[in-house]
Amino acid sequence: MNESSKWTIHMLAGLLIFLLLGMHMGIMHLSGFKADLGVADGAESAVSKDNSLARDANPLFTATYIVLLAVALYHGLYGLKNILCELGLKEGLQKTIGVLLLLLGLGLFGLGTWAAITVHLTAAGNA
Amino acid sequence: MAETKYHDNRLGIWGWFAGGRWGPERYAYTLHRITGLAVLCYFLMHIVVTSLRAKGIYLWEDGEFLHQPIFLVGEFLVFAAFAYHAFNGLRLVLIEFGWAVGKAEDPVYPYKSSLNKQRPLLALMMLAAAMVIALGAQEFIHALGGMH
Repeated sequence: MNESSKWTIHMLAGLLIFLLLGMHMGIMHLSGFKADLGVADGAESAVSKDNSLARDANPLFTATYIVLLAVALYHGLYGLKNILCELGLKEGLQKTIGVLLLLLGLGLFGLGTWAAITVHLTAAGNA
Repeated sequence: MAETKYHDNRLGIWGWFAGGRWGPERYAYTLHRITGLAVLCYFLMHIVVTSLRAKGIYLWEDGEFLHQPIFLVGEFLVFAAFAYHAFNGLRLVLIEFGWAVGKAEDPVYPYKSSLNKQRPLLALMMLAAAMVIALGAQEFIHALGGMH
């Protein structure tokens, strides 16, 4: 894939993050927003264990977490790679950084996806 | 014939902050990078911390390690960084795809540049980010008060 395509994906991922992370921030930190959506008990913090488990039991939330994880990791790590490569590093070092960030991204995506599915199965089983 | 002098054009990270008579867009760019790096640092840790819930560990619960005022303040800073990065990023995407640069016109005096379109958009996005940050601040102050 050429750099132009990677950059276009970076921007499109940014737009998707704007929507998904915007909703995530709204649910977690803006009480009016989360009450309107009915996704958290108003008397309790959105990040409480009970509310967290209630969201984890919902497959829509689990799917959203995994999609957000993928696009945010791509957007963030590709952005970091660009910043580092702009510092005028040698080509070999740039490639090494690219490979290391790719491995880091894949590792964290694997961890986050495993956790989201595991918690969903547990929470849905207990619901 | 005078010898031509060449200067290194790469200012590196110093170039983010200074190096010329730059307009507000340049500083918006610098802040975009700083907030992006800050949100990324938080995000990488957030993946690990939230993944621990698969093992029944909720580090942000009452009495746990992350349930401290300092972390709540840090969380608000991440929230503010996200709000800025998101709205400024939206502006950048609109410009990158050519939707916010205006139509090409004949160069008739007084000349207009695409900045006539871009700068009001910058102001609008900063206003939107400031409003979201203010709403978030209200919530975080309330949550901070509930910690004691």
